[in-house]
Amino acid sequence: MRHRWISVLICAAVSAAATTACGSGGASQSADGKTELTIATFNEFGYEELFKEYEAAHPDVKITQRKTGQGQPHHQNLFTKLGAGSGLADIEGVEEGYLSQVMSKSGQFNDLKEIGPKIEDNRWLQWKTDAITSKDGKLIGYGTDIGPLAMCYRKDLFAQAGLPSDPEGVKALFATWDSYFAAGDQFVAKVPGVAWFDSAAQVYNAMHNQLATGYYDESDKLVVDTNADIKKDWNAVTAAVGKGQSARLSAFSPEWNTGFKLGKFATKTCPSWMLGVVETQAGPENKGKWAVTDAFPNGGGNWGGSYLTVPKQSKNAKKAAELAAWLTAPEQQIKAFKAKGTFPSQVKALDAPELLEQTNAYFGDVKAGALFSTQAKKIKAAQYKGPADGQIQETVFSPALQSVEQGKNSEEAWKAAVEGAQKAAK
Amino acid sequence: MTATLSKVDRGRAPEARPRPPRRYLLSNVDAKVSPYLFVAPFFVLFGAIGLFPLLYTAYVSLFDWEVGADDPAFIGLENYRTLFEDDQFWNALFNTFSIFLLSSVPQIIVAVVIAALLNANLRARTGWRMGVLLPYVASLVALTIIFGNLFGPQYGLVNDVLGLIGIDPIDWQASTFGSHVAIASMVNWRWTGYNALIILAAMQAIPRDVYEAALVDGASPLRRFFSITLPMLKPTLIFVIVTSTIGGLQIFTEPKLFEPSGGSGGGSEHQYQTVVLYLYQSAFQGLDLGYASAIAWVLFLVVIGVAVLNFFLTRRAVR
Repeated sequence: MRHRWISVLICAAVSAAATTACGSGGASQSADGKTELTIATFNEFGYEELFKEYEAAHPDVKITQRKTGQGQPHHQNLFTKLGAGSGLADIEGVEEGYLSQVMSKSGQFNDLKEIGPKIEDNRWLQWKTDAITSKDGKLIGYGTDIGPLAMCYRKDLFAQAGLPSDPEGVKALFATWDSYFAAGDQFVAKVPGVAWFDSAAQVYNAMHNQLATGYYDESDKLVVDTNADIKKDWNAVTAAVGKGQSARLSAFSPEWNTGFKLGKFATKTCPSWMLGVVETQAGPENKGKWAVTDAFPNGGGNWGGSYLTVPKQSKNAKKAAELAAWLTAPEQQIKAFKAKGTFPSQVKALDAPELLEQTNAYFGDVKAGALFSTQAKKIKAAQYKGPADGQIQETVFSPALQSVEQGKNSEEAWKAAVEGAQKAAK
Repeated sequence: MTATLSKVDRGRAPEARPRPPRRYLLSNVDAKVSPYLFVAPFFVLFGAIGLFPLLYTAYVSLFDWEVGADDPAFIGLENYRTLFEDDQFWNALFNTFSIFLLSSVPQIIVAVVIAALLNANLRARTGWRMGVLLPYVASLVALTIIFGNLFGPQYGLVNDVLGLIGIDPIDWQASTFGSHVAIASMVNWRWTGYNALIILAAMQAIPRDVYEAALVDGASPLRRFFSITLPMLKPTLIFVIVTSTIGGLQIFTEPKLFEPSGGSGGGSEHQYQTVVLYLYQSAFQGLDLGYASAIAWVLFLVVIGVAVLNFFLTRRAVR
């Protein structure tokens, strides 16, 4: 993975030196008269079998997949080549976390309403489509999957703290953020050495995404210091940190993994894909201890999920849009879900029997598909994301919350976060 | 020399020299041009991937150049002005020097000592000499991930060991000095053996008779080391110090991978963000190429400055 960064750096240097970029340029007619379409994805989209199916139905199309292991190098490559003006695939996957940066460059992507095939109304959940519609009404991506949020919790630790531990009983604890933090107080008082949640940033980001207005208002003005809701969330989370509710483990770090193994925290904000992460990290020795419930403080939320976009660089934009539209149809997305577990964003797919019947053995045979389907429908609206939104969350607010966990005063950290956000937005 | 050498008369006056016949033209071209062709590959490559990016970076640094921007605006030295007023940059510069000093100084002292030990009459000498190079062979990334685990604030081995001898656990992520020590230890682990071998090679090139003469004069081993070995090592030490200066000031991988969440901030409050890490963050997260280029150039000048300073200091210190 590190090698990939190096190659990205080299690519950046080389593509600055000459106008040719790394990788092959926009695809075109191949020797046998077929149209060659390239599609760049990261992690697992679960499309391998679908490509074969599409090629069989469309003998004039040849699909080449460029697969990157991780999201970060994929998106770095995307932005570098958008800058270079060439070298992108005909279809580029875009993850929700990078959406603000993509939307600020929406002019470099095709409007799929314009070039794409006619698509039935309401194929996707409304908020999923809204998030990738530009201010001037252009649809620049088709939704693939989503990551609806539920709450994961440790049944055994809840019982130890005298809290209800069955999926129905815990719902009252997870009704609002106030009830969540109140239950946390009760928990840490009863179970010494175990925290309520893994890290402040994980909780805060979920709270923040539920706000009507985030770091920016709709006119792209930064409102970090004037939006009282942000400060309210900040105070609630940092107060909980002060009372020992945080395990102070930054997500996806080796210590976080160890924290799962040792059972150092009792709840986890859980998008659908997190179940696999919990199973891997907590390991077989903790099987049966974790549970998930279809409740989330203050409604629902989303973390993760992607889109397929067609950059203007593409020389076969129309055919690329056709392929992308086909891949993101409910029937296909259900197949991808079965192949790699990507949770579909299509309304019809959310009611598909294959999805509703899916269970998870690690979480006590819970009907995970139906559970997350319920959670997906609870999400009200997509928060407007300004140009540096993703950067403010990742490089300013998350580290600032970590500094509070490391002992910094909440007010000082807040000041640093506001300054950091203003710098990032410049 | 003041004597003037009279020109040897080859029997033909220079002005009378006739034009070479046509058939010699090719061999003449061959003699004049070929040498340049032979050295050209280096210069062409250097020009393409060394000099050009260097100059182009200087050019980019004069613009407000965001990745993907259609028409970057020329802003002159504005990026540099912002940079010199940027606390985060000065903090990064401080971190870089702190990590550099914590790594290079002990590293070179220990490398000289190890080289002296390896130069003694040891059993299985080659085995020992190869042994010190082992850390260098291991992948830097693997090494950094392992050290990151060892220095884990809550479940790390180092804190466990410190706990055994009664020292309170140190938050290697939160404390500035602690994180610098952790990162410097990765650098030292990797490079000490490598430098020791270079110094060892230089030690073996010191003529034996100098030592023998000193021995006859009754010089103690310590005296021989300080009065013969160290002065004779001077050119090699200068080389080692200059290369470790260049490497140390450009440190990137270790602090990048030390961040548990995988970001480029170098800690929650940039406790261990180095200049190159800040450059990387500006260019590939902030997508601000102009600013990142300005950082690159300032770092370039700093590295040259420090390398020259070191060169003169070492030349003076080691007589």
